[in-house]
Amino acid sequence: MIRQIKQKHFLPGFGIGLGFTLSYLSLLVLIPLSILAVKSLSLDWTVYRSLLIDPRTYAAIKLTFLSSLVAAGINLVFGFIVAWTLVRLPFPGSRLIDALIDLPFALPTAVSGIALTSLYVRTGLLGRYLEPYGVQAAFAPLGVIIALTFIGLPFVVRTLQPALQDIDKEYEEAAISLGASPFRVFASVIFPSIRPAMLTGFSLAFARALGEYGSVVFISGNMPMKTEIVSLLIVGKMERFDYEGATALAAITLLASFLILLAINLTQWHYSRKVQQTG
Amino acid sequence: MDTDMRSSMQRLIQFFMRCITITFVVLFLVLPLYVILSEATGEGMSVFFRAVTHQETLQALTLTICTLFIILPLNILFGIAAAWTLTKYEFRGKSVLSALIDLPFSVPPVIAGFILILFLGRHGTLGFLLEKLDTQIIFAAPAVIVATLFVTFPFVARELVPLMQEQGVDEEQAAVSLGASAFQTFFHVTLPNIKWALFYGIILSTARAMGEFGAVSVVSGHIRGKTITLPLHIEILYNEYNFTAAFAVSSLLVTLAMSTLVVKEIVYWRSGKKQTRPTGGFLESPETPDL
Repeated sequence: MIRQIKQKHFLPGFGIGLGFTLSYLSLLVLIPLSILAVKSLSLDWTVYRSLLIDPRTYAAIKLTFLSSLVAAGINLVFGFIVAWTLVRLPFPGSRLIDALIDLPFALPTAVSGIALTSLYVRTGLLGRYLEPYGVQAAFAPLGVIIALTFIGLPFVVRTLQPALQDIDKEYEEAAISLGASPFRVFASVIFPSIRPAMLTGFSLAFARALGEYGSVVFISGNMPMKTEIVSLLIVGKMERFDYEGATALAAITLLASFLILLAINLTQWHYSRKVQQTG
Repeated sequence: MDTDMRSSMQRLIQFFMRCITITFVVLFLVLPLYVILSEATGEGMSVFFRAVTHQETLQALTLTICTLFIILPLNILFGIAAAWTLTKYEFRGKSVLSALIDLPFSVPPVIAGFILILFLGRHGTLGFLLEKLDTQIIFAAPAVIVATLFVTFPFVARELVPLMQEQGVDEEQAAVSLGASAFQTFFHVTLPNIKWALFYGIILSTARAMGEFGAVSVVSGHIRGKTITLPLHIEILYNEYNFTAAFAVSSLLVTLAMSTLVVKEIVYWRSGKKQTRPTGGFLESPETPDL
């Protein structure tokens, strides 16, 4: 072990590599982030209190949280079906669909935002079919959910695909030959083995949705109390130079998204340890 | 008979799953693309070309290209330094460093912009210094560059780390023990091995740099002709109800996004699908690579 460490240091460039990496990282990321941390901790308690009792903030937090949750849920169900089809039931053209799944990552969020808006406004390609049923998608909470579903899809599909590829088909075949119905096979054989991946994909989509801005602001219409998301509230506070309020709200949002990602890491660590223990 | 019923039921389920997949993908991925292109060209090609070659579009494009010239060399330098440090040596706190490099991915774009204002703004931590030097970063063109640097920060390192981890240190050690200098070792041994991953990291940085909206929007100050990038230009056009022009400019960015996806497929196939990472670097995976 010690010899290996020595061997690895045998290559030149460790000092300069680590030094450059650390200073660049500190300057660009760590120092700005810690300024937010320090400022948010030194804020007066009343700033947080007035934020939490403000009905507009409460409405924005509720909308952001609930629509992120719903969108991640939609993605979990349909993302599973898409991933399963791509892995297990390939058909002519499924390669193309597979390549297209990353589109929400590759497309600039503002572009996705205006595209989705023009699809779902009353006169839009899809909105005109919702209109007769009295369903309003654009400029309503439904629009927020649609945008968040769009940007969250690749997270679920891309975490489920490798997990589905790794499933040992033997267990499924055994269950089928023992007379289990397709639903039974899913519930007791497939689901347990992809549960960690489903959880990860869901949480990644959820975390991303909480902080999303560009794809939502166009379709939501940004009506206070109705379709205003937290990111937009932060921008609004900044534009009014209410830096204290923006700091508090940014700190809360950032803490929430860090906690979710920490939870994902801990779950994965837990599962991988379990796998190691059982063999 | 029982098995007959079972297999027909299975076929039915398979049929439905394929149908749902196609419907979902068409609804959420194909239609948005279609609507951009059809709206962009809806009033004829001359309107399209006028919007694309409009002075403000060209100014936005110029700003984006200037930004790329600054951020790409920095991202390449940092990416290689970080990946080299993380994969070629053993040291304490390695996994912490690796996690910290991914940090910008988990910061929402608006908050990324806001912390840069707190750091570099007039009333920010370095505000007094910038005032003395008589320079302004926030609400000026440099802010666009700093915000873009922040959001594209991990891309190159992200692509390089798993690959360099897999390749180990043997080849470099052989080169060094045969008397090669550090630079010779890097340019003749390491670089040829990582060139495709490096290329893909550069493509990802470029795509994100051209498309970033939230972080740039917050720090840019929206000064026409000076701090407007392509996505901000699209926002302005759209809010002015100039929809055709907004979609025409968008179609430029769609082209960019589509070419990113094509490059991703090429890199994925070229690597012989050795890397089982269909995410292709887009996914902000929480897994810290096994270091």
